[in-house]
Amino acid sequence: MSITIIDYGSGNLRSAAKALEAAVSNTNLNLKIVVTSNPEVIKKSNKVILPGQGSFRDCYLGIKKISGLEDALNEFVLVKKKPIFGICVGMQLFAKIGYESQETKGFGWVDATVKKINNINKTLKLPHMGWNQIEFKKDFTLFSGLKNKSHMYFLHSYEFLTKQKDCIIATANYGNSIIVAIARENIFGTQFHPEKSQRNGLKILENFLKWEF
Amino acid sequence: MLKSRIIPCLDVKNGRVVKGINFVDLIDAGDPVEQAKIYDEQGADELCFLDITASNENRDIILETVKKTAEKCFMPLTVGGGVRTLEDIRNLLLAGADKVSINTAAVNNKNLVKESSEKFGSQCIVVAVDAKKVQENKWEIFTHGGRKSTGIDALKFVGKMESLGAGEILLTSMDRDGTKKGYDLDLTKKVSKLVNIPVIASGGVGNLEHLHQGIKIGKASAVLAASIFHFGEHTILEAKQYLDSKGIPVRI
Repeated sequence: MSITIIDYGSGNLRSAAKALEAAVSNTNLNLKIVVTSNPEVIKKSNKVILPGQGSFRDCYLGIKKISGLEDALNEFVLVKKKPIFGICVGMQLFAKIGYESQETKGFGWVDATVKKINNINKTLKLPHMGWNQIEFKKDFTLFSGLKNKSHMYFLHSYEFLTKQKDCIIATANYGNSIIVAIARENIFGTQFHPEKSQRNGLKILENFLKWEF
Repeated sequence: MLKSRIIPCLDVKNGRVVKGINFVDLIDAGDPVEQAKIYDEQGADELCFLDITASNENRDIILETVKKTAEKCFMPLTVGGGVRTLEDIRNLLLAGADKVSINTAAVNNKNLVKESSEKFGSQCIVVAVDAKKVQENKWEIFTHGGRKSTGIDALKFVGKMESLGAGEILLTSMDRDGTKKGYDLDLTKKVSKLVNIPVIASGGVGNLEHLHQGIKIGKASAVLAASIFHFGEHTILEAKQYLDSKGIPVRI
């Protein structure tokens, strides 16, 4: 089985790759991890991880710049229905529109938008940076082995907003309740960084590797 | 609820720790990766490397250190020291740093903070501010490891950095650094209230109560310390238990 981490010029792929390797060693699975932007390799892989660092706009434009990548991902997710895991901005890109710096279209796999975290009273520090506890909204296979209210590492100023309440699987409190994990069929995403969340994060990566969708 | 962060800082020179954990059972006490692993196991919330390598030809060594650390420690890592260009930032991020801290270059080249936060996102751009009290309620920015005076007002400077796109301020009091007398709480509180981005208090920690004061009185989002952890006076867990006993929300 092969797992592909999508390389589209967004930083810190190394951390994701190394954390994934550590997660693999916790399983008995025979897995190959590939870091690439090659659409042909992506098509053949079993699962995909879409990391993300930087702005929504830069990330989506980065994907569009690579010939065939956007189409390959759409096919992978919508037609082949194979599992995808979006991390941070990677998850945000699942939305229809992002409003970071300027309005930008996303993949639109989930009926959602991405907007700056509501900070009307200026009582919150932004970015939402550091360790926060996540509250499960659903009993979900990718959370198995984790306790409700586990700590995860966050680093973002924009939040994922959706009216599709059924896809919200975890929230965290930062001023308001913010959506921090979503899942729908073969699509899974976290606002937090599992690759930086020590043991808890590795557990989620391990669960994704084992996930039989 | 978001937790207050405790960040141990390691000074690294030519790929070796010069100010770090002084534990007898360390196989190689000078290896930053070994030390990072200990802090990871102790539950540090983040780790900070300050590269103090003097010569330019040895500057790439820190990239190797960051790479090796990122292979072993799955926790957030901030790296600073000698960061001058977008290329420096990109290289550190690609090696595995999550945040890069900019000190002297933020003063000399304001475009760097603006351009880098636009390019890589505010979330990974930390501006490290070294401030010294010059009169009552007035602090001045110093650069080059605190040796060079700039005449720039520290409070005005941090506001400017925020507007240029900095995602966090690492605030070091040059008066307190190395004294073990505690943070400059007045300065920390003023900066924390002024900016809307997280502030890391730094400089002067001599005991656990100082960490508490930095958060409670200084309103810092995170507290950085070096020697109280390095010399085994306290573990990260002890620090967290102390803060917890004082009602500060921490991750234990």
